[in-house]
Amino acid sequence: MTALDTAPAPVRVTSGASWWSSVVRARELGIVLALVALVGCTTVANPRFLSGQSIRDILLGTSILAVLAVGQAVVIITRNIDLSVGAVLGLSAFTVGSLVQDNPGLPVVVALLAGLAVGGVCGLVNAVLVRYGQVPALVVTLGTLYAYRGATYLWAGGQQITADELPRDFLGFADASLLGVPWLVVIAVVVIVAAGVLLRNYRLGRELYAMGSSPEAATLVGIKVGRNTLVAFATSGALAGLAGVLFAVRFGTVDAAAGTGYELNVVAAAVVGGVAVFGGSGTVWGAALGALLLTTIGNSLAVLDIDQFWQQAIVGALILLAIAVDRLVALRTARALKTRALKTRALKKGGSHVD
Amino acid sequence: MARPDATPLLEVCDVVKSFGAVAAVRGASFPLYAGEAHALVGENGAGKSTVVKVLAGVHRPDGGTLRVDGKPVDFGTPGEAKAAGIAVIYQEPTLFPDLSVAENIAMGRHPTGRFGGIDRAAMRREALALFERLGVRVDPARPARGLSIADQQIVEIAKALAGRARVLVMDEPTAALTGVEVERLFAVVRALRADGAAVLFISHRFEEITALCQRVTIMRDGAHVSTDPIEDLTVPEMVRRMVGRELGALFPKQDVDPGEVVLEVSGLRRAGVFTDVTFQVRAGEIVALAGLVGSGRSEVVQAVFGVDGRDGGTVHVDGRAVRAGSPRAAMAAGMALVPEDRRQQGLVMDLSIQRNVTLPRSGALAGFGLLLGGAERREARRWTERLQTKYGDLGDPVGTLSGGNQQKVVLAKWLATRPRVLIVDEPTRGIDVGTKAEVHRLMSELAADGVAVVMVSSELPEVLGMADRVLVMREGRVVAEIDRADASEEAVMFAAMGQGVVA
Repeated sequence: MTALDTAPAPVRVTSGASWWSSVVRARELGIVLALVALVGCTTVANPRFLSGQSIRDILLGTSILAVLAVGQAVVIITRNIDLSVGAVLGLSAFTVGSLVQDNPGLPVVVALLAGLAVGGVCGLVNAVLVRYGQVPALVVTLGTLYAYRGATYLWAGGQQITADELPRDFLGFADASLLGVPWLVVIAVVVIVAAGVLLRNYRLGRELYAMGSSPEAATLVGIKVGRNTLVAFATSGALAGLAGVLFAVRFGTVDAAAGTGYELNVVAAAVVGGVAVFGGSGTVWGAALGALLLTTIGNSLAVLDIDQFWQQAIVGALILLAIAVDRLVALRTARALKTRALKTRALKKGGSHVD
Repeated sequence: MARPDATPLLEVCDVVKSFGAVAAVRGASFPLYAGEAHALVGENGAGKSTVVKVLAGVHRPDGGTLRVDGKPVDFGTPGEAKAAGIAVIYQEPTLFPDLSVAENIAMGRHPTGRFGGIDRAAMRREALALFERLGVRVDPARPARGLSIADQQIVEIAKALAGRARVLVMDEPTAALTGVEVERLFAVVRALRADGAAVLFISHRFEEITALCQRVTIMRDGAHVSTDPIEDLTVPEMVRRMVGRELGALFPKQDVDPGEVVLEVSGLRRAGVFTDVTFQVRAGEIVALAGLVGSGRSEVVQAVFGVDGRDGGTVHVDGRAVRAGSPRAAMAAGMALVPEDRRQQGLVMDLSIQRNVTLPRSGALAGFGLLLGGAERREARRWTERLQTKYGDLGDPVGTLSGGNQQKVVLAKWLATRPRVLIVDEPTRGIDVGTKAEVHRLMSELAADGVAVVMVSSELPEVLGMADRVLVMREGRVVAEIDRADASEEAVMFAAMGQGVVA
């Protein structure tokens, strides 16, 4: 952030790209530093925190939350929100659980695709209501949160799918790994990288930012706002569905309540990771880092034997801190930009005498 | 120049468009020929911006047709209009604040490279090339957030030029630009025209219209009045057709004997923006702050009113100090500020006209803490009638009004507080001649009633006509103070550009 104080000084205005991205990076750097501090302190108090099993636990937990947070980030960037992700996760987990229970020979890939499909459909329903019903996403997805959850309860009743009812292959996927990295983590990383590249380097991704930054201007510039809204919600839904399968694989036990309350964790991860709730800014890397930070905090508190209650207080404090940092950065940026604008103007005027 | 028998690139035929009960456009027809700039003039509310939005595909006409190359077209979305080669520069900038300037220009048609990904280097080169053509320096990598209005307008222009449009529609592109920038823009537009593009140009500045355009269409109250080659029309004739009546003097400042000092600003300072600004305004006086855009005029009045903080200096109203950084304190002291950017700062676009007018006084108008309509409605009606505002119903959202009428609502809102000091920032930017004269008459009346008026304006004739004294600012300092008797365009411009007179 100190870069901001010095950046406006040069009169030539060519260094813009580097100083601006340094502001953005500062945010992700902050999370990394917080993570390092957290891991450091916890390890000092209890060296077992850095054991293989503990790290594995954190990574597996993060995978599920990060996949959800990536989807959420995509939606929030378009100035919308998807509160139904926890319910979609539950519905998908139960659907896929039942599916593999009835078809023990089913390859895991098919289960993953089924999860994506169930979630994608849920996401499309959200999108259609938001776009064509002209209802704010907050209200629509709050409604579908209950609707999807209700549907799951209706279907499952009090029924629970337990680990012994699931085929060994399916559960074994949780322990399987690719070159030592658990498949769950590989899947999460693929999702993060794919979404990250799409948002940063592809037209569609940039249009999503544009829609969140100024919806009116997005329409005027000819962006297909309707189609893109569908894409954003379908992505979030599909990823929530995928997370449902990962959830079933990891925990082995699925009932209708799976994923209850996840939506707020997911939004928290995205916000802590620097995805602005007013849309137009933030990255999926940030959201994924936010997910990693929140998961690590949870595990660290458990290792330190601190009451779970504190976890919520700490997450709350982190969200407020994240918002405060955003605000501060915004103010400083605005000031820096203003000074720069004046300098550029002065320069321009100086130039106009010459020609 | 195109012959009248040639097929127009774009033709507007009897277009009709209504919003609810209000007929915004009642039969507009004009041809746009290749290689020709066509002016569309009319008072605010004449329907020009609606025509623009029909061309842009934002609104579908209720009746009539658009023809491109003689073939009827039907634009359902702005994307379709763009695909047909129509680029529009809107009156109000429509940028993405979070995205870089280069990306704002490229949005919707990003250059792509390997694997269909975006080619950022090409995007940056394109932006730099466009700024080069326009002769301005804007950093393509900076976000659009925080750009001055003039720079935003320049980015808008670059955006429209980038699309290689066959038809370029410009809705008051010059309102926020300085003379040099306008000249550059015109040079670019002339080059486009020479390449065979058709240009539709909307402006309230006749000198620009005569300098740029070959044909002019006049609209009044949503209806088509006439379309003629520019050389067949004189400016007074255009004005007569626009307003349907002869206009009196444009700048009727009444002579008033100034009273006590009402507003006293001394040593006002804000780091990096302006320094050592000292001036006094007496009751009945109109003091203009002139200078180039970016010289710090608006920033000074914002700091006086407390919208921005200040790093030093004092502001007194009637001898009492006004707390820094508090518009509320400034209002309590009897100040009112009509801001430059009425959409962002002057109005709450989604609220009703009535609510907007009474917003600063809602406390005084409420009974038992509740706003119950009656008093509010009476108050709003009184002030909008005094300003001759045209509207359908007081309950309509203020965003549905035309630009000039919106400005009247902003004025009404502040006049209702009965200010001792009225600060107006670009009071007539983007306003037609008729409304302009009304705003000037009103300011003059207010001064005659003993209000101290501070006016920021980029229009020299307005400054010279209205002001008792002119303070000229350059690069954050007051460099000259010129009395009405000595004020001339040359004197003010020399001081503003840093040549000749220095106080």
